[in-house]
Amino acid sequence: MWGVLRQKVCAGGLPGMYIRPAVAAFRNYSSSAKQMMVREALNSALDEEMSADHRVFLMGEEVGEYQGAYKISKGLLEKYGPERVLDTPITEAGFTGIGVGAAYYGLRPVVEFMTFNFSMQAIDHIINSAAKSNYMSAGQISVPIVFRGPNGAAAGVGAQHSQCYAAWYGSCPGLKVLSPYSSEDARGLLKAAIRDPDPVVFLENELLYGESFPVSDEVLDSSFCLPIGKAKIEREGKDVTITAYSKMVGFALKAAEMLSKEGISAEVINLRSIRPLDRSTINASVRKTNRLVTVEEGFPQHGVGAEICTSVIEESFGYLDAPVERIAGADVPMPYAANLERMAVPQVEDIVRAAKRACYRSVPMAATA
Amino acid sequence: MATLLLGRSRSAIQNLLKRTALLSALTHSPPPSSSAASHVGCRYRAPPSQGNRSLAVLFPFSRHESTKAQIQLQQTHLAEDDDTQVQLDEVLDFPGGKVAFTSEMRFIPESAEKRVPCYRVLNDDGVPMPYSNYVKVSKEMAVKMYSAMVTLQTMDNVFYELQRQGRISFYLTSMGEEAVNIASAAALSADDVILPQYREPGVLLWRGFTLQEFANQLMGNEADFGKGKQMPIHYGSNKHNYITISSPIATQLPQAAGVAYALKMEGGKACAVTYFGDGASSEGDFHAAMNFAAVMEAPVIFICRNNGWAISTPIEEQFRSDGVVVKGRAYGIRSIRVDGNDTLAVYSAVRTAREMAVNENRPVLIEALTYRAGHHSTSDDSTKYRSIDEIEYWKKARNPVNRFKRWLESNEWWGDEDELKLRQSVKKELLQAIQVAEKAQKPALEELFRDVYDQVPSNLEGQERQLRETIKKHIGDYPSDVPL
Ligand SMILES: Cc1ncc(C[n+]2csc(CCOP(=O)(O)OP(=O)(O)O)c2C)c(N)n1
Ligand SMILES: [Mg+2]
Repeated sequence: MWGVLRQKVCAGGLPGMYIRPAVAAFRNYSSSAKQMMVREALNSALDEEMSADHRVFLMGEEVGEYQGAYKISKGLLEKYGPERVLDTPITEAGFTGIGVGAAYYGLRPVVEFMTFNFSMQAIDHIINSAAKSNYMSAGQISVPIVFRGPNGAAAGVGAQHSQCYAAWYGSCPGLKVLSPYSSEDARGLLKAAIRDPDPVVFLENELLYGESFPVSDEVLDSSFCLPIGKAKIEREGKDVTITAYSKMVGFALKAAEMLSKEGISAEVINLRSIRPLDRSTINASVRKTNRLVTVEEGFPQHGVGAEICTSVIEESFGYLDAPVERIAGADVPMPYAANLERMAVPQVEDIVRAAKRACYRSVPMAATA
Repeated sequence: MATLLLGRSRSAIQNLLKRTALLSALTHSPPPSSSAASHVGCRYRAPPSQGNRSLAVLFPFSRHESTKAQIQLQQTHLAEDDDTQVQLDEVLDFPGGKVAFTSEMRFIPESAEKRVPCYRVLNDDGVPMPYSNYVKVSKEMAVKMYSAMVTLQTMDNVFYELQRQGRISFYLTSMGEEAVNIASAAALSADDVILPQYREPGVLLWRGFTLQEFANQLMGNEADFGKGKQMPIHYGSNKHNYITISSPIATQLPQAAGVAYALKMEGGKACAVTYFGDGASSEGDFHAAMNFAAVMEAPVIFICRNNGWAISTPIEEQFRSDGVVVKGRAYGIRSIRVDGNDTLAVYSAVRTAREMAVNENRPVLIEALTYRAGHHSTSDDSTKYRSIDEIEYWKKARNPVNRFKRWLESNEWWGDEDELKLRQSVKKELLQAIQVAEKAQKPALEELFRDVYDQVPSNLEGQERQLRETIKKHIGDYPSDVPL
């Protein structure tokens, strides 16, 4: 099978028409500058885990014939057949419950939500069943299931299609909540999620699917997997710590680049895991830089930034040289109009300004408000 | 009661007579009341206890008994329908009504022998079917309906192009479903409250929402009733009793039962009308809505646009029942299947359903068989999952607009010149509306914080103040098209 596939791809016939074109191609031309799109990273992770474990199956609206609303499941129906790539009727509560039941009975479902906004129809199964069954049965019923799909602000689709569920699911014991940024994250974390014995909420980002990132040989290896609960320091720095997840990691890195031109060295932490939260990496960084800016797209109140801030105040209060700065989405439902939408989500400039305030390079907002 | 025209279908009458006779023989009940008899042509069977029902509404305490009696009767109907040997003197006095016993072990089959037929008035060529019964439509009304269908069609073509040119972010057409849109709207009263899915802009158009108002919403400008807060095509207008469209599928259905309940409490003569797709009928909300509407005796019309597809999911993968219409009976809701591309059939069915809903305080389910002739939305390319032949067949041979036009022409109510004039003037008006909408100001900054709550709370006032100060200091970082 593999040989055939590779041949097809290498023959240059129809790249993208066959399964795992990216991975196959990379394996053939192993040079140093390898790029991979987040979409391909997710697709290859699903593919490899499905081929490694026959209990893994994918289910959701439009995942088969249509290959997913965002083409994440491209080629999987063809390769694994309709019993393992299930198109469902439009019944989120139904297929989520079916997934939880299948997990109770030994399968390892990956449930795709067209967007996490529609997981709201099914949240009872996620929180009251998937997250709690292991506990309530004192370990008799484990629920090895992955709920995945795009999360967070998309572009131009208004309040009901644009919101971040990291804080929602992140507050619920029993769940693990992951949020990848790069292709490396996407591959390593999705594989970890599928292999994990507990229910995992896997929050992707629609606007990142088409972005390419460099990947190493190690990342491309089918045994590659990232630990759940470990953050990644994306950029080392000494003056200020910036925490972010998902799309905001890219923004934080851009901000760090701009700050470096003004002589501020920012350390950027990609959280990767929202629950468990890697408190030790965050605190170690803050103890080094003595300053913290948290960045998230979600609503500020009871958000991820609030949790990080508490952790730092509890564990590293004495190390702080400035008030913690929190960058979050505006405290309003997402407006549609492009001009208002831009105002409602964090921009790179907001991060730059907050970092400068933390470093006393500009007047703190609080003094003017 | 709506005026029923033309000869009633002979078989319908025979059928009914047969059943009525059987019924009275079986139950020794009085013949159907006059109100039921006037519905003869509609091919539904009113429970013989109909007369008691209005009393039951007036005197709630007597309601229990009459309901009980009615349930008992309905149970006997069912048994009779299914050809099962029923022993009438041996009944189970079960909570909710008596159930007859049978010695025959027989599972109810998963599907009826014959599929539920589809009510139509005009054939594909726009010629009335023999013996068809329908509600009369005047020339003026017919021309108005046809003009609205053409306006909707033109609007879809122009706005779709606009999205392709990148001037709006999203669009979704109602192509192929013009008859369901316009004929149903025409059959309702302006007081009836609409809870739409998203493929029913024709209802709003019929109610007087202007092309300018459509363009404003799509552009999300200052004049948009939603002030740029909701995404394109999610229209809404209180003035037109049209609840702002919500994206999550099927949530409008139980809400419609709630609106209907409120309307009933108010005691007026209006009903709630909700639209949904075949796909939406798979959501739990659909089932909750049907059950509650029946139990609460809420005046709500559920109009299912069964257009064969839910994005790329064909109906065979959506459900295994004979469509949506058969689900009505499971919930105790009167239902009808209609040819959704037949303007006169949709109009007649909705008019009649409305009478039932409003006069009898009851939900009615209408399944309109139609076809989504366009792509799901501008984010979709439907040729990837369905054949071009299928699309073309529905676009041409089964086009609802052309069919209605042929009928108008055969009545000599419409000609080529009218057609040309209408299409030109609609297009002109549309282009003008787009120009105006594009030039209009975008919503002001303060709109970001307004309407989260009834009153802007102090924390949001603080955020707005902070934002304005930041903009003042870093004007270059902010978009220039936001009126401050
Ligand atoms: C709760 C929820 N799940 C999924 C979607 C994504 N979605 C939007 S439209 C649609 C198909 C609906 O099909 P149908 O009800 O048949 O209406 P049609 O588009 O055919 O008019 C889906 C799945 C959604 N908007 N809301
Ligand atoms: Mg449909």
